[in-house]
Amino acid sequence: MVNTSVQLSSLHLDNPVIPASGTFGFGYEFAELYDINILGSISLKGTTREPRFGNPTPRIAECTAGLINSVGLQNPGIDQVIEHEIPKLSECYSKPVIANISGFAIDEYVECCAKADKVDKIGMIELNISCPNVHNGGMSFGTSCQSAYDVTKAVREVTKKPLFVKLTPNAPNIAEIAAACEKAGADGISLINTLLGMRIDLRTRKPVIANVKGGFSGPAVFPVALRMVYEVYEAVDIPIMGMGGVSSAADVIEMMLAGASAVQVGAANLKDPYACKNIIEELPKEMEKLGIENLSDIIGGAH
Amino acid sequence: MNKGLFEIAKNENIAKNAWKMILRGDTSAVTKPGQFINIELDGFYLRRPISVCDLNGSEVTIIYKTVGKGTEYMAELAPGVKLDVLSGLGNGFDTGCCGHVPLLIGGGAGVAPMYMLARDIIAAGKKPSVIIGFGSADEVFLEKEFEALGVNVFVTTVDGSRGIKGFVTDALDSLPEAPDYHYVCGPEAMMKAVYSAVKCAGQYSFEERMGCGFGACMGCSCKTKYGNKRICKDGPVLVKEEIIW
Repeated sequence: MVNTSVQLSSLHLDNPVIPASGTFGFGYEFAELYDINILGSISLKGTTREPRFGNPTPRIAECTAGLINSVGLQNPGIDQVIEHEIPKLSECYSKPVIANISGFAIDEYVECCAKADKVDKIGMIELNISCPNVHNGGMSFGTSCQSAYDVTKAVREVTKKPLFVKLTPNAPNIAEIAAACEKAGADGISLINTLLGMRIDLRTRKPVIANVKGGFSGPAVFPVALRMVYEVYEAVDIPIMGMGGVSSAADVIEMMLAGASAVQVGAANLKDPYACKNIIEELPKEMEKLGIENLSDIIGGAH
Repeated sequence: MNKGLFEIAKNENIAKNAWKMILRGDTSAVTKPGQFINIELDGFYLRRPISVCDLNGSEVTIIYKTVGKGTEYMAELAPGVKLDVLSGLGNGFDTGCCGHVPLLIGGGAGVAPMYMLARDIIAAGKKPSVIIGFGSADEVFLEKEFEALGVNVFVTTVDGSRGIKGFVTDALDSLPEAPDYHYVCGPEAMMKAVYSAVKCAGQYSFEERMGCGFGACMGCSCKTKYGNKRICKDGPVLVKEEIIW
């Protein structure tokens, strides 16, 4: 019998598989399909201080082995999330969840995280400083060491919950940004968010996405994500949640060998609503095949 | 929603750029006209959402237009091929409030879901009128099938090569009596014109580029008078009074 459990900061996870923010809503709708308690945890839809409709449509463009999205942080706002969404999820999911928090100014991040800090169901905060689909916020905090440090430091002061910072691959040097977040008191790093991309409709000769550009994700980005997890693992001493194109148990193991303590599954959920379930069921078989007894033993094993 | 394998029983060209595919499998999740299925295709990352045209036991019929690489690939598929399908997606039309003289209007690919809707409304003892609009005569499909249901069918073509020349709204004067409810599916410009021209209450089925098709990604959201809705999950059918153009 293999052991799939991992320790992620203060959270003990039955397995390292976590649906990524923005690809699983607030979780409860997937509970109609299968018992979502098998999931290691759930990273909730990116949440801001105010409710947001997000960007104009079309927001989606298909790509080879992936897709571009430009949703733009559509969410009902932190108060609604705490009052309605999390209680609804709690009815069908018994484990702690990860709140994914975004904002447009440091005080917005701080206010949201202070509210999230008071919610028992939230076991971890994932600070999203990497959304490529909003202006003057999101990703702009994640592309310089100073702003990443400042927002992490400010949030650190209002929460004792494990604080992970989700980084963008669209930064000049992601390992330096990760190190800045560690210095500011982050408990861990999540990476990668989507890569900035675009598509053009050959018939209309115009961009497919209304907002022109969007975030590219899916299996095509897996090698880039893996390389970045590998680099960040060497740059920091805090745990990493690896993500980017993960679609199979083999991908999960590869991410962990690069240095991830847990792994998020994103785009795969949109293609197959059972993707996380399938990966979780496949994982022990893949471990047996590879002679892995304790999954946590292989974290960073490729270094 | 169900996920399962469906076998292609038939895949035939029925009009210019229009194909009819009959899929055999577990159709138990398809419960209403106006719902759609989401089909996985080899070599394409996202599924293709196509509305249900008809349902007969274990067979579901769809009509799709070849508008890009994915649907062109679908047109090449032979009977016997098995496809991974998410079925029973979307809210579908509510036939409970269709009044005594319902009018069904479809344009282009939007004609397809009107067939199952017409059948269900007839089964409920009503006699709907149907207006179906196309670009030209070679694009017309389902006309005979609607006639076989025994409903009044009005065909419009933009170039006048078949039926009434013009748009679906140009057929409104030909109706035997004024409708007391209407159902619409087609291009947005067409639906907007119908929205202004037809005064009674109704339901409109919308199309949008989708990520997942089952409500997870927020890729196809729209604003309505009743709040933000996901076309794939809270739609694709919206009631007339909530629509914001």
